[in-house]
Amino acid sequence: MHVPDGFIDAPVSVATGVVAAGAVAVSLRGARRELDERTAPLAGLVAAFIFAVQMLNFPVAAGTSGHLLGGALAAILVGPYTGVLCVSVVLLMQGVLFADGGLTALGVNITDMALVTTVVAYALFRTVVRLAPHRRRTVTVASFVAALISVPAAAVAFTAIYALGGTADVAIGKVFTAMVGVHVLIGIGEAAITALTVGAVVAVRPDLVYGARGVTARPLEIRSSPLAPATPGAVARAEGPAAAPAAATSETPEPTAASGTTAASGTAAASDTAAASDTVAASETVAPPGPAAAPRRSARPVWWAGLAAALLCAGVVSFYASASPDGLEKVAHDKGIDQKEEDHAAKDSPLADYGVKDISDARLSGGLAGVIGVGATLAVGSGVFIVVRRRRATTAESERG
Amino acid sequence: MGAGHAHKLYREGRSPVHALPPHCKIAAVFCFVLVVVSTPREAVWAFGAYAVLLAGVVAAARIPAGYVLRRLLIEIPFVAFAVLMPFIAEGPRVEALGMSLSESGLWSAWNILAKGTLGVAASVLLASTTELRALLLGLQRLRMPSLLVQIASFMIRYGDVISDEMRRMRIARQSRGFEARGVRHWGVLASSAGALFIRSYERGERVHLAMVSRGYTGTMPVIDDVTASRAQWMYAAALPLTALAVCLTGWMLP
Repeated sequence: MHVPDGFIDAPVSVATGVVAAGAVAVSLRGARRELDERTAPLAGLVAAFIFAVQMLNFPVAAGTSGHLLGGALAAILVGPYTGVLCVSVVLLMQGVLFADGGLTALGVNITDMALVTTVVAYALFRTVVRLAPHRRRTVTVASFVAALISVPAAAVAFTAIYALGGTADVAIGKVFTAMVGVHVLIGIGEAAITALTVGAVVAVRPDLVYGARGVTARPLEIRSSPLAPATPGAVARAEGPAAAPAAATSETPEPTAASGTTAASGTAAASDTAAASDTVAASETVAPPGPAAAPRRSARPVWWAGLAAALLCAGVVSFYASASPDGLEKVAHDKGIDQKEEDHAAKDSPLADYGVKDISDARLSGGLAGVIGVGATLAVGSGVFIVVRRRRATTAESERG
Repeated sequence: MGAGHAHKLYREGRSPVHALPPHCKIAAVFCFVLVVVSTPREAVWAFGAYAVLLAGVVAAARIPAGYVLRRLLIEIPFVAFAVLMPFIAEGPRVEALGMSLSESGLWSAWNILAKGTLGVAASVLLASTTELRALLLGLQRLRMPSLLVQIASFMIRYGDVISDEMRRMRIARQSRGFEARGVRHWGVLASSAGALFIRSYERGERVHLAMVSRGYTGTMPVIDDVTASRAQWMYAAALPLTALAVCLTGWMLP
């Protein structure tokens, strides 16, 4: 999505440059708070990490591959301010050194890819983490949702900038459809890789994940009173290989505790298993620790099945969109004609509008409209799922207690 | 990492362009690109004049034309986009080569191709005549926040190290028979990325400790401060000023 010189006219380039400079200035101040005095080396190496990760091509399907944008990943791993800063530096260096993205379009690129992706991703991430139960899996799910939405959001922002100062004479509707459609697809890949990456880091060094600080630090409280109400984190452990908790605890804390800064995670792991045996023993007889365990255990396979289904859908859809658009083309064409006949009814729906407008090349616009639908469904579905899960957990708790 | 570690983007030379202070060059390139972007696209000859100007700089910097042309290949994705433009744009259509093409789309394609290519060529010239370290110093001289310059310099300095770790992990995966073929393999790639993040972050912590133990207080001392004389500024300004003259003529002529 690197915008070259000449794509956006000079006034809008200057305006976005001012926006980008403001964002970077705010981020510089915020990053000092997030990283203490370690800002320069840490942010520099995280920027180098994002730079390297952007080279990581993941196969989508049928021979095509995409690469990570990294905005959501940076925001979740190191915080929103540092995230904006790191992606901005990457973009600056790409523009100056590699001529990837124009120098005058630097403001557009930073506003679009550094600011919008990280801010949207982090806002969504915090929202999901706040709504969903506090446990490790939540961080992964929240990363998925955040990255999924952040990429199309950047595409929307690009379309807005283009509408203000685009030099090419292409209808806004077409630009919107093409950009958002393509980026919904990229967003699915980005979301999966971001979620899995964050999951991998949380599993090894949860203290490094900025976004998960409130989530993974909680089990520390258990240490002083092992019979206190079980935390969600403890239950998550109990569901795992509870048969060999000793082996697990003896292995995990050592590498983390060795670095000194991460004593928290080590003790957390130890206290998790301590609490786990308590919950198993007291599951039905004692009121406080037992209740949460039963419904959550049953919900877990459902959760995984949902995620797997969503991913499967994404893969299949992207396959059809890239390999054989003819099937979707026909559907979209029919749909477009239908909507033209009664376009007052569905006029407000953007998808309907795009189906109608670009009837001449229904192959592209219609196919992409379908893909947008799938992406939106996926996002809404995950959101509903999380809310329902939370409600079920709270009702179960209130019934028991 | 030590002395003599020149990046492959930089092309060693002793030309007058190489000798210019970096901040003059950055300012000149930036102004030049801004002038190019604000030129009306109908003034086709103006872009030819810009290209001649850039070719003059290439000759003055004694950089082989083939080298610059090879580096221009980064543009290809936009070229592909520009080629699509005449087919999808609105407006009156013209018949050419048996295809119906949008007239304004042709203009847009020309606009993006010309301005984009000139911009990329200017950036390539800047990167190949200025050392990385000098480039960062130049940005600092142009009042870019020093923290940002430090972050950028750490990124450049460790970019190769981190990329190489990524490459080694890829080779390790491949030598164990892994080949990313589809969605099923995303997990493996993601755990590689996770491992890379932990390594980068921990290296950042170590670098910070090493710096603090050597007396780092939050700012880097500037030891090789470069200043530019009036003559050097004028010399660097020759390119954007000539371009500005061309641009103004382009606005007035039609």
